[in-house]
Amino acid sequence: MLGNAIQFVVDALSLGSLYALMALGLVIVYGILRLVNFAYGELIMVTGYTLYLLNGSPFPWLVMAAMAVVMAILTGMATELVAFRPVRERSVTAVLITSFAFSTLLQNAALLFISPRARLVPLPDIFTQTVEIAGVIIPLRNLLTIVCSVLLLSLFALILKRTVLGIALRAAASHFTMARMLGVPANLVISVAFAISGLLAGVVALFWFGRIGSVVPGIGLEPLLVAFIATVIGGMRSLVGAVVGGFLLAFIDISLNYMLPQNLLQFRDAFTFSMVILILLLRPQGLIPGPATGQRT
Amino acid sequence: MLTVEGLQVRYGAITAVKGVSLEISEGELVALLGANGAGKTTTLLAISGALKAAAGRIVFGTEDITSVSPERIVRKGIAMVPETRDVFPDLTVAENLRLGAFIHRRDHSGFERDLKTAMDLFPVLETRADQAAGTLSGGEQQQLVIARALMSRPKLLLLDEPSVGLAPAIVERIFELINRLRERGLTILLVEQNAAQALKCADRVYVMSLGRVAVSGTAAEIASGSNLEEIYLGGQAARQRENHAR
Repeated sequence: MLGNAIQFVVDALSLGSLYALMALGLVIVYGILRLVNFAYGELIMVTGYTLYLLNGSPFPWLVMAAMAVVMAILTGMATELVAFRPVRERSVTAVLITSFAFSTLLQNAALLFISPRARLVPLPDIFTQTVEIAGVIIPLRNLLTIVCSVLLLSLFALILKRTVLGIALRAAASHFTMARMLGVPANLVISVAFAISGLLAGVVALFWFGRIGSVVPGIGLEPLLVAFIATVIGGMRSLVGAVVGGFLLAFIDISLNYMLPQNLLQFRDAFTFSMVILILLLRPQGLIPGPATGQRT
Repeated sequence: MLTVEGLQVRYGAITAVKGVSLEISEGELVALLGANGAGKTTTLLAISGALKAAAGRIVFGTEDITSVSPERIVRKGIAMVPETRDVFPDLTVAENLRLGAFIHRRDHSGFERDLKTAMDLFPVLETRADQAAGTLSGGEQQQLVIARALMSRPKLLLLDEPSVGLAPAIVERIFELINRLRERGLTILLVEQNAAQALKCADRVYVMSLGRVAVSGTAAEIASGSNLEEIYLGGQAARQRENHAR
């Protein structure tokens, strides 16, 4: 019984921390620009393919992982340069379309230059090892996921609280034009937001592939959807909301995994989305509404 | 110090400011008066770079700043205190002030000195330093936005309706503060609907109506000579147009 409880908690927390980081990466851009980056899922894909391409290189895995995360950061910043900056001030609809277009472009590049079929991602041994706690076997990577996420979230919170740039990021999220009138350069803040978004997606991707082991061109859709739903539940404008939404969504998913009978398990997503609809009916603004002010730029 | 020539600003198809010219010399307090919708705030936002001018020129010192971005304009020495009291509500008072000094963020000793000056001018902010700015009263928020603007060490302060929505006693306090800032040598462009208060402290006055400057002169001239109510209601501008037509 105790074993089951531990297993449930570890499962929920590890999936939750992935969802939370992913949602955070989406909401940090949304908070400032009021625009959803639909090319966000492709950051996961880019990380996966970078790892795949580095497979067989002489570097230790950690170096490969770091390079893959850097690629995600660069791709995030490239998204901003290509899809957002040229049209950002003119039209919301245009950015919607350009970010979709950039996402499609990256996916098709992967289809064309690599393969439509799944490719194996190199993973360290530690990802396949397990530990036994109170009689149940727990994959070590789930514990690693939790530890890394907590570290990353704390680092992120510290930066937002303590550094001038972090304060500027939070200010830009509540009133972008006013932040600019105080001298905060718009392009800098937006680039930093996209870089952080890339960092979070890159780290999430490492653990995401730790679970599924291989990468396909369409891999980004599920993480994008998860991040989007988590931010909608949590409140589109709030960083804390994104984290709460991520954990809640994972909690719902894992609970259903444990509770649903075998023949209903394939309909798990239908149950999850029913819960999401219920939450939104009760709190349409999300669980944690963001700061009161703010207009789109 | 600041020269605006033939400024036009549009919101889509609507022209809110239709050829405004004004001038501010160093050390002056110039008031921009007029009714709601006269184009005062739009003029200020265009000077601060938040809105783009459709036509005309804005010159600060010797430099043309007409199409310069807001983040560059504050570096040139123009600070904006917007009408809606745009504190960042979820940031603390201290964080708001720290952000005000964003352009001097590497100058730590200078920041400490400015912070002390600001706390001396606005003592209430010191007691509220760690409170979220959104929890302050209207008068306190107004003081915070002014203090925050001062942290950028401006040469010219643009003040948009500092008295709007405040209790009369607080309005008195705010205008006292404006006078003190002016005694310290700061040049101020003040937008107000509260004409009586503004006329008391301003050197010169421009009165706007329907997107144009209807009358201008020293505060004394405007206070005694012209019929403000009529201008506020648009009468003067309408008559001027008739004269033009003839």
